Amino acid sequence: MPVISIGNLVKTFGAIRALDGLDLHVEQGEVHGFLGPNGSGKSTTIRILLGLLRRDSGDAQVLGADPWRDAVRLHRRLAYVPGDVSLWPNLTGGEAIDLLGQLRGGLDRRRRDELLHRFDLDPTRRCRTYSKGNRQKVAIVAAFSSPVELYVLDEPTSGLDPLMEAVFQDEVRRVKQAGATVLLSSHVLAEVEALCDRVSIIREGRTVESGTLTELRHLTRTAVTVETARPVTGLDALPGVHDVHEVDGRTHLEVEPAHLDELLGQLIRFGVRALTSTPPTLEQLFLRHYGDDPAAAATGAPTAAAASGAPSGTAASGAPAAGSSDADAQVDAPQGGAR
Amino acid sequence: MSALTGTTRLARLVLRRDRIRLAIWILGTPLLGYALAGSVAGIYPDQEARLGYATTSASSLVARAFNGPIHGTDLGAVVVAETYVTLALIVALLSTFAVTRHTRQNEETGRAELLGANVVGRYAPLTAALLVIVAANTLAAVLLAVALVGAGLPLAGSVAAAAAIGGVGVAFTAIAAVTAQLSVTSRGANALAAATVGLSFVLRAAGDVLGDQSADGTRVRSAWPSWISPLGWGNQVRAFDGERWWVLALPVALLLAGVALAYALAERRDQGAGLIAPRRGPAIGAPRLLSPTGLAWRMQRGTLLGWAVGLAVLGFSMGIAGDEFNDMIDANPAAAEAINAMGGGADLINAYLAAMLGFFALTIGAYVVQALLRVRVDEADGVLEAALATAVSRTRWLGTQVLAATLGAVALLLLAGVTTGLGYGIVTGDPLGQAVELGGAALLRLPALLVVAGVVTAIFGLLPRWSVVLSWTALLVFLLLGQLGAVLELPQAALNVSPYTHVPAVPAVDPAALPLLVLAAVAAALLAVGVAAFRHRDVPS
Repeated sequence: MPVISIGNLVKTFGAIRALDGLDLHVEQGEVHGFLGPNGSGKSTTIRILLGLLRRDSGDAQVLGADPWRDAVRLHRRLAYVPGDVSLWPNLTGGEAIDLLGQLRGGLDRRRRDELLHRFDLDPTRRCRTYSKGNRQKVAIVAAFSSPVELYVLDEPTSGLDPLMEAVFQDEVRRVKQAGATVLLSSHVLAEVEALCDRVSIIREGRTVESGTLTELRHLTRTAVTVETARPVTGLDALPGVHDVHEVDGRTHLEVEPAHLDELLGQLIRFGVRALTSTPPTLEQLFLRHYGDDPAAAATGAPTAAAASGAPSGTAASGAPAAGSSDADAQVDAPQGGAR
Repeated sequence: MSALTGTTRLARLVLRRDRIRLAIWILGTPLLGYALAGSVAGIYPDQEARLGYATTSASSLVARAFNGPIHGTDLGAVVVAETYVTLALIVALLSTFAVTRHTRQNEETGRAELLGANVVGRYAPLTAALLVIVAANTLAAVLLAVALVGAGLPLAGSVAAAAAIGGVGVAFTAIAAVTAQLSVTSRGANALAAATVGLSFVLRAAGDVLGDQSADGTRVRSAWPSWISPLGWGNQVRAFDGERWWVLALPVALLLAGVALAYALAERRDQGAGLIAPRRGPAIGAPRLLSPTGLAWRMQRGTLLGWAVGLAVLGFSMGIAGDEFNDMIDANPAAAEAINAMGGGADLINAYLAAMLGFFALTIGAYVVQALLRVRVDEADGVLEAALATAVSRTRWLGTQVLAATLGAVALLLLAGVTTGLGYGIVTGDPLGQAVELGGAALLRLPALLVVAGVVTAIFGLLPRWSVVLSWTALLVFLLLGQLGAVLELPQAALNVSPYTHVPAVPAVDPAALPLLVLAAVAAALLAVGVAAFRHRDVPS
């Protein structure tokens, strides 16, 4: 049974259609990335899942219950980190954590103290004196101190430094190990790549893509650079091959993953000396979906990749890390695209 | 780049941000002055009435403490005695909050950092705020002078009186400029400056109480404590009684000194830092805090304490004044009529006490509005979202806030009634009996406050975005209907809009159960509507 199941969800604010038939399915025990440009409806969806906003139409089920009608019962089983954490200014951080935990139905004190230590948070300071990052830590500690079934995290790490980011990722893995489900909205692509089993990408209130990162990669072109003994011809006629151009005797092109085989068949006839194939970076993937015009964004992707130093620059989005080893572009040079 | 670069632009920003507030301030103060002057002229129309007023005021310690020293029997002097303290307190607090809003609050929210990274001098934000606020005080004073002349008062006195009020605003602008440098939070800066206002009031009251009555009995010469209070300076100008213009140099001198000190402090501290370090607190939440009720108490207790102290002092003083009141009535039949109209009933002293309790109940209405609007503040801040994402139902959350505000109102009503009774009982020789009787009489006002709570709750549920404006407007309407309705001879249908109209004016009349039960039922209905609407709407919205 899915932990979160949303179908054809619609929510309007006056004339603005914030959610326009959104679908989202999160399975038990998975870490699900929830991605989309600013203003695409991520926070609205999350607030509906928490029973804070009332949906106009569509289905929404959380842990098998209606998030609006069964809000209180559900909230005992989930923990929430809001995107913009605001706290009671005259309470200390420690008091705010204990209050939120107690209102949720209790927290694990040992875990709370351990988290405070790991996140290096001073619990005696008043909330009004905390920076954005520290306020975020308060909410994160409060959430992870409660042993619940579902963690709803709305851009939880946007104010954290890399060290704290690592601690956060450890915590997500820990609760996942314990069998909990995590819905993680994030703009930190490295974090998404490192943590998420599946992702859903939304745009303008609609789900545009959903699946594992591997599945999503299939949808984006692979960049290929090839050096051959003889000049290559006939590429333009191949299906799924785009943007062919030659620089210094090397041929650069893009190919849809489904047509890699035909491309290789053609290339091999010209005596391949060197071949580099770069799977789409997560960044390219998102640029394609985030851009105003998806088609233009797709063709524009190489430019964006070049700007970030395409092959080696994939490190910027963390592509060679964890999840990319099972990427589809198996012809990829073993050194991960380095020349 | 000089330290003042960008001041003009920032001043324009202040004007843009506060265009409505400033307009209300600059136009509202003269209008209020005009209305008050008119009503005082109506109550004390002739020399005989004013002689009576001046003599009683000069000999009454309570009148000296709350109205300041009287300066003769001129109509203008009576107007000043009746209005000065109110207007001075208003401009003092307006100036204070405005300075903090445009200095420390910008630093606290990070806006100052954003601005400071541009071509903006170190002193520019503070200077821009002070320029606008001093200009607002000046403009309001000019218009107030025009209003007083318009109300038929002599020119020189009107200008002196208006300048005295403007001077108070300028003085507290200077004080707030300094407190904004000291505290890290705008709340703290406001608290420090407001405490200075309070201290000034106490010093002025002490100086005026300790002062001497002149030989003819119509004037008070204040003692030295009044001279160290910026609130007291305005009285020392002696508007309408041989004006002493040089006293007006005091607030100007304080402004210069305050600006110099604020600049010096700003030079020595970091952006966002203060001179008073924020206190640490407990690392672990005490069990009594960890529930909606515990949280509500924690959030309310400071406010409640402030209200309690203020009401206790006021109640006790008004109680003591009850005895002097009899003398005052003898001297002035018109005032007696006005009091009678407000309290209703035949026995004047009981009418006075009933009027006082009614006034306290109205004031406590402001506490109820303030306490309940916290929910809206929490919603706008985003804290409500975090709380409602836990296993607390909306009904329980809102219900807790209503309950907390109601309990606070009960406590304040009881306190106001008991202290009034103690004060009156001490001068009449029956402190305990009066305390019990007036404490009980005060509690009978509770149903009206429940209706106020119901109105705020219903507005919060149905029109959350308008909660703040509509709630205060509702209370203001109740206040105007209650205090001026009878005097202005408004139709009964209009008066009936206010829940306070329906509360029996005990001890002036006998208590009656029916109106109280009806009020309670109306309150319950409004609360039910508010809670139901809140349960069915978006949060935040």
